[in-house]
Amino acid sequence: MDKNRKVHQFKNPVLNWIEFRLPIISYFKKEYGDYPMPKNCNYFWSFGALATITLVTMIVSGIFLAMNYTPHTDMAFDSVERIMRDVNYGWLMRYIHSNGASFFFIIVYIHIVRAMYFGSYKYPRELNWILGVFIFLLMMATSFLGYTLPWGQMSYWGATVITNLFSAIPIIGEGLKTWLLGDYNVGNATLNRFFALHYVLPFVIFGVVGLHVAAVHVHGSNNPDGIEIKSNNDSVNFFPYMLIKDTVAMCAFGVAISAVIFFGPNLMSEVDNYIPADPLVTPAHIVPNWYLAPFYAILRAVPDKLGGVLLMFGAIAILFVLPWLDRSKVRSCNYRPIYKWFMMGFFVNFFALGYVGMLPAEGLYLLIARVGLLYYFGFFFIITPFVGWIEKPNKLPLSISDVYAKNITPNIGGSETVMPSPAMQKDTNL
Amino acid sequence: MAKKHKKNKRRDFLQLSTVTLGAVGTAAFIWPFLKSMSPAEDTLAAGSTEIDISAIEEGQSITIKWRGKPVFIKKRTKEEIDAAKMVQASDLRDPQDDADRVQKEEWLVLVGVCTHLGCVPLGQKVSDMKGEYDGWYCPCHGSHYDTSGRIRKGPAPKNLDIPPYAFLNDNTIKIG
Repeated sequence: MDKNRKVHQFKNPVLNWIEFRLPIISYFKKEYGDYPMPKNCNYFWSFGALATITLVTMIVSGIFLAMNYTPHTDMAFDSVERIMRDVNYGWLMRYIHSNGASFFFIIVYIHIVRAMYFGSYKYPRELNWILGVFIFLLMMATSFLGYTLPWGQMSYWGATVITNLFSAIPIIGEGLKTWLLGDYNVGNATLNRFFALHYVLPFVIFGVVGLHVAAVHVHGSNNPDGIEIKSNNDSVNFFPYMLIKDTVAMCAFGVAISAVIFFGPNLMSEVDNYIPADPLVTPAHIVPNWYLAPFYAILRAVPDKLGGVLLMFGAIAILFVLPWLDRSKVRSCNYRPIYKWFMMGFFVNFFALGYVGMLPAEGLYLLIARVGLLYYFGFFFIITPFVGWIEKPNKLPLSISDVYAKNITPNIGGSETVMPSPAMQKDTNL
Repeated sequence: MAKKHKKNKRRDFLQLSTVTLGAVGTAAFIWPFLKSMSPAEDTLAAGSTEIDISAIEEGQSITIKWRGKPVFIKKRTKEEIDAAKMVQASDLRDPQDDADRVQKEEWLVLVGVCTHLGCVPLGQKVSDMKGEYDGWYCPCHGSHYDTSGRIRKGPAPKNLDIPPYAFLNDNTIKIG
């Protein structure tokens, strides 16, 4: 043990007592007080904080729902109805939880778009990106498990369809599926284990989020210009500047989610899930939750069982290697005149895939899904590696302060235009 | 200097009002969660129950379930009523007259939970031990209750509780 360890001194003796034994106070001061944030970060950088808050809200509302939920095929549907009708504020907790899941994905998708557009996944933040994709994967698994619990028609048939994906695997597929279900069909054993896993996975997510945040704090946050902090002039302290900014974002988010919870709580849910599960009747049109729809579209676009399953999982797996597919040293798409448009095309394409994923897989919709599938993989395997070679990036500013000093607006067209903006001049005076 | 002072006051006001609003908002958010843990509407609806007592013979006692707890309904004999009435309330650990514990003399209604640590006292069946005062006897720690359900001997501090009840007619009792 290092006897010469430097111990922080505080005015409060209680803090000193704790600090000497567990340097948690100086840790929080360093990571959430004095932590330098690039001063050019825009509101896109608030979505990490929003995601964390949403995760906590989901865990809390979930725990309280679990107090009144019964994971049994005979009672699950009724227990959810009891939550809606009899439990005090049960309707509120359930609507917070179900809409919270949708908003969690909205936030995380925006967070991912931010990371992709501004190149946050590049050196030295690759591991951070990998942990993020892992969180995304865990979220999809958790939301799927949770969607089974109300035991409505969509719950039952969604669980049936998704678990049948595993039966596509040659030789071991059927056995694996039966093992996962604990039955020959989705049944009580399945519901019970899905509930157990749905309860525990969010805590796993919470742990990985901890690593994700710790990792980003090592090299600091990326920013819209994609250049590192070089001096104190380039950054502001997390407290109070970013905390206040995140709080403003949180208030706006609170208004948005409240509007849905109180005025349109079923906007993002399927009516068929208010019909109790019936193993003998499949609804005419099964749809996944909207946030899984792009991947569902990819699954259906392939006219082969195993091929569809592989491409669907491949579409997620490909994200893990994105940092190595992109060869460009320039992070922010604001300075990449060609790639920027392909990147925006990728977002539009992903949205289109999600749209057709919610519609029947026929005719034009199937065609759109197939074109979307080609662009999805083409973007990663062809566009991303090769655009970096042919593209001439715009000149990067020397430092973050430089962005403001020269009033450079890195923008469309690639030319460096000088635009005297009063807002920017104000910022320089800080 | 004066200007600076004014500026600080404004900042103080903004800070204080922001923190207050945040605290009120947090409390308003937490409240529904805490409230959800108290009994739900269907639980409350099950909080009252109606009992047909016409079949109960004199000296007989039945046990019914009310709010998940046993309730004893006993039709007392003349001797039991007299025994309960004879006791001087001031001599008791939890002083109470028999008249204050019943609505109709022959009908005794009790929550069948020992006031010591929550066991169910014996005495409902003919074969049960009824304790030294011929009422109820708690086997857990040896509390003796008399024919009015009052604590007479043993560790329990209070008489057996009387639930809220009413006679809807001669043959029906509503508990709760």
